[in-house]
Amino acid sequence: MNQLKKILLIILFLGLFLVLDLLISPRMNPYYLQILIYCGINIILAVSLNLINGFTGQFSIGHAGFMAIGGYTSAAFTFYLGPKILETLFLPLWFSKPLVFVAGLLLGGTLAAFAGLLVGIPSLRLRGDYLAIVTLGFGEIIRVFILNIDAIGGARGFSDVPKYTSLFWVLGFTVLTIVVVRNLVYSTHGRAFLSVREDEVAAEAMGINTTWYKVTAFVIGAFFAGIAGGLLGHYLQYLHTNSFTFIKSFEVVMMVVLGGMGSITGSILAAVILTLLPEVLRPVKDYRMVFYSILLVILMITRPQGIFGVREFNWDWLKKIFSRKKAQAEGA
Amino acid sequence: MFWQRLSVIMAAIFLLIFGCGKKEDVIKIGEFGSLTGLTATFGINTDRGIQMAVEKINQEGGLLGKKVVVIVEDDQGKPEEAATAVKKLINQDKVIAVLGEVASSRSLAAAPICQEAKIPMITPSSTNPEVTRKGDYIFRVCFIDPFQGDVMARFTYNDLKIKKVAILRDIKNDYSVGLANYFAEDYKKLGGQIVGDESYSEGDIDFRAQLTNLKSKKAEAIFVPGYYTEVGLLVRQARDLGIRIPIIGGDGWDSPKLIEIGGKALEGCYYSNHYSPDDPDPLVQSFVLEFKAKYGELPDAMAPLGYDAAMVLFEAIKRAGSLDPAKVRDEIAKTKEFSGIAGKVTIDSLRNAEKPAVIIKIENQQQKFVKWMYPEKKS
Amino acid sequence: MQELIQQLINGITWGSIYALIALGYTMVYGVLKLINFAHSDVYMVGAFAGYYSAHWLGIAENPSVPKAILVMLISMIVCSCLGVIIERLAYKPLRKSSRLTALITAIGVSLLLENGGQLVFGADPKFFPQLIEGQEIWSKSGIVISNLQLIALIASLTLMGILQLFVYKTRTGKAMRAVSYNIQVASLMGISTDKIITITFAIGSALAGAAGVLVGLNNPKIDPIMGLLPGLKAFVAAVLGGIGNIPGAMLGGLIIGVAEVMTVGYLSSTFRDAIAFGILIAILIFRPAGILGKSTTEKV
Repeated sequence: MNQLKKILLIILFLGLFLVLDLLISPRMNPYYLQILIYCGINIILAVSLNLINGFTGQFSIGHAGFMAIGGYTSAAFTFYLGPKILETLFLPLWFSKPLVFVAGLLLGGTLAAFAGLLVGIPSLRLRGDYLAIVTLGFGEIIRVFILNIDAIGGARGFSDVPKYTSLFWVLGFTVLTIVVVRNLVYSTHGRAFLSVREDEVAAEAMGINTTWYKVTAFVIGAFFAGIAGGLLGHYLQYLHTNSFTFIKSFEVVMMVVLGGMGSITGSILAAVILTLLPEVLRPVKDYRMVFYSILLVILMITRPQGIFGVREFNWDWLKKIFSRKKAQAEGA
Repeated sequence: MFWQRLSVIMAAIFLLIFGCGKKEDVIKIGEFGSLTGLTATFGINTDRGIQMAVEKINQEGGLLGKKVVVIVEDDQGKPEEAATAVKKLINQDKVIAVLGEVASSRSLAAAPICQEAKIPMITPSSTNPEVTRKGDYIFRVCFIDPFQGDVMARFTYNDLKIKKVAILRDIKNDYSVGLANYFAEDYKKLGGQIVGDESYSEGDIDFRAQLTNLKSKKAEAIFVPGYYTEVGLLVRQARDLGIRIPIIGGDGWDSPKLIEIGGKALEGCYYSNHYSPDDPDPLVQSFVLEFKAKYGELPDAMAPLGYDAAMVLFEAIKRAGSLDPAKVRDEIAKTKEFSGIAGKVTIDSLRNAEKPAVIIKIENQQQKFVKWMYPEKKS
Repeated sequence: MQELIQQLINGITWGSIYALIALGYTMVYGVLKLINFAHSDVYMVGAFAGYYSAHWLGIAENPSVPKAILVMLISMIVCSCLGVIIERLAYKPLRKSSRLTALITAIGVSLLLENGGQLVFGADPKFFPQLIEGQEIWSKSGIVISNLQLIALIASLTLMGILQLFVYKTRTGKAMRAVSYNIQVASLMGISTDKIITITFAIGSALAGAAGVLVGLNNPKIDPIMGLLPGLKAFVAAVLGGIGNIPGAMLGGLIIGVAEVMTVGYLSSTFRDAIAFGILIAILIFRPAGILGKSTTEKV
């Protein structure tokens, strides 16, 4: 019964996204649509990184590298193998195209997850900043490798990637990421992730296989980063290594820290804010990035624990704030 | 504290959405470029050229009786930012045409968007052939890499009589990689020999290792198809290591900064370019003078190309007599023998500019015009 | 053979610059456990301070050694002031919060300096005036060494020596070691930790300023984002040598420099940027404390 309910809920949501996509996408200003899609992609990145950095307490700044692997792999799949598959599959295009796309995304995600495994293994020995530098270095190495593969564009960039990403897919994968990470964190396993963050030695003493959890966090986080890369590539129809520098990784880390380490809703909000901020600051022209960095520093100093800290957003909490404000207002 | 700030941001967003609805009777042109980031200097110089063109056209009374306004968006040198910038220009600002990018990677990210929206896009200086293949709304006013590679190969082999060349390319830059490949191909076809092939990355400041390697290769010249930001230093270090052979390059070299950084080391080096600042043509001279008066330095190649791109667009709008993007597109495609600062522009059937290249030699720390090189008629 | 020697010389010159930047990273990390990402941009500001002061003093026209030292001192002072300001404004309020928060702030400051630098100095590259006339001091059997290369190496060795003496022979140095060993206990022992941290930032940043000028001498092209990659690699060098360890940073810098040049010389130039990180990953997996990390437990 419960199972059935869940399936129904999923179908309902998918239907809703499809309707949203079909209704909104053609009518919406494409500029806003693009920002919305970037928001979704950044939410996937931030929430998946939060699993590694926030919940498990590992320190990864190589998310852009995973993203690049996922993006390039899925693009190579849909670009080189896609047309052949579409030819051989005797299915209507509206059905087989999404099939190829999802297959490409999953392949990209899997390869990214495999890379996550490779990076996760040093995390058994390294902690904190050392791990950070290793992940950062890893991201850069990935870029150098991609630059040297001519079949996926090299320094030219990978153009003519089929345009498969739409609002539907972005919404779908955003929700999927959130649900997976949330369920994982609030399960028995989730407590184990948190225990690794809080005190590794104690966790080990309690019989928790810390190694396994650390690597798992990396694998899952990397998988979704790969998906995000695939979504971006199939949206822009173009991939270039300049999109996946360590600056991109920094941006994602900023989202996680700004939102609060270990707060999913915080990551979501921060991802949206940090995607909108540069757009909002466009009118100030050359000073845009200066303002952006000043705002970032001020935000970090005034609220170092992030927007939500380790808590999650909930309605009671909002009510409390409002009633407190009301009380203050009445008191004053 | 936080909520206040959030509400300010939200308010700003709403202002942005609803505040831009005012109708003004101007012609809006969009421009995107790397005004910040690693390649900021190219974006800024292109922008200067475009601004001069806009100023000029407005002084002459504008286009179709309206003033021209150019809306500039920064892409920080990132492809995905370029896509956002162009989306914004087209959908938010409702520009009728887009000018931009120097780097082919950003042009390639933006081109499908312009094509889809049916807004003409003219790139001033993306020389990668791939860019204009994105669709019939994408144009350029510069020559393409295969032509430049061919020109330099012919010049090196026939005019300089050099039979052995080593290549040093910028691996992170598609322009440099492409140009190096085309050069090597044509040079070998002519009978020359490529004796070494090394690379560096944009932003590097130490090239001694690569140069030490090339030193033992007994090359008679080194071909460095990079940007002046690296080349000046590279040539200097080559001389420090005792490499005295000529070093040759492409249009990426062109900037007064090249000689400032490279100094005496550049004596006897050659490069191909879109124009020569000491071309006696009054059009070129007045541009150079005006640019110097305005910005206090000599223009590099990006500025005249930005200027030309804007001018080609304005001419097309004039001829079209309408602001309909489709009509403007058709007129851009018909551009013939347009006298630009960087040579005469004729748009061919592939929407590329057919134009000659100029060879420049550096003598006494000055650019010296050597000769014009025309496209070789394929027999 | 001569090629190998030449490459080795190239690598050592290049590495000595990394080493100087790495010293600043290692000191700040030792005391605050913070990767000061803004450090690489302090180095950039150092180069520009040298550029402007050299023009202001009119050194570009007639170079001489005392004037070159003067320029270097000016840029060291400018940088140490900048370092202290950054510490006071951005890092001090975060002393009690998580290290990641401080790290993000450091990245923010770094972005600010880079973007601010592009506005203030202009985005185009500048030619760093030749403070000292470049000369070949050795040119035999195809091997060329210039006086500038030698100066870079000597200057960084000297600065490292002074720093080592300072840390191990003075009271302040002793206090620094105490703070890096255990900040709480140090403050209980009556050490003014805030003051020590400020001094650490001042010294580290001054070294970055010196590195900026030395780079300008050897590779006379400076721009506002010149710090980005060298900064990262210098941090790698600091970790490689054992973070918090002064000779370690020097050694790490030289190793990275030589390894990079050898990669370009004998493998492929495309892997130049990857090799530093490759070495780092290898060494961290097999010896996480770095090369000299274990033998000296004191951290600075």
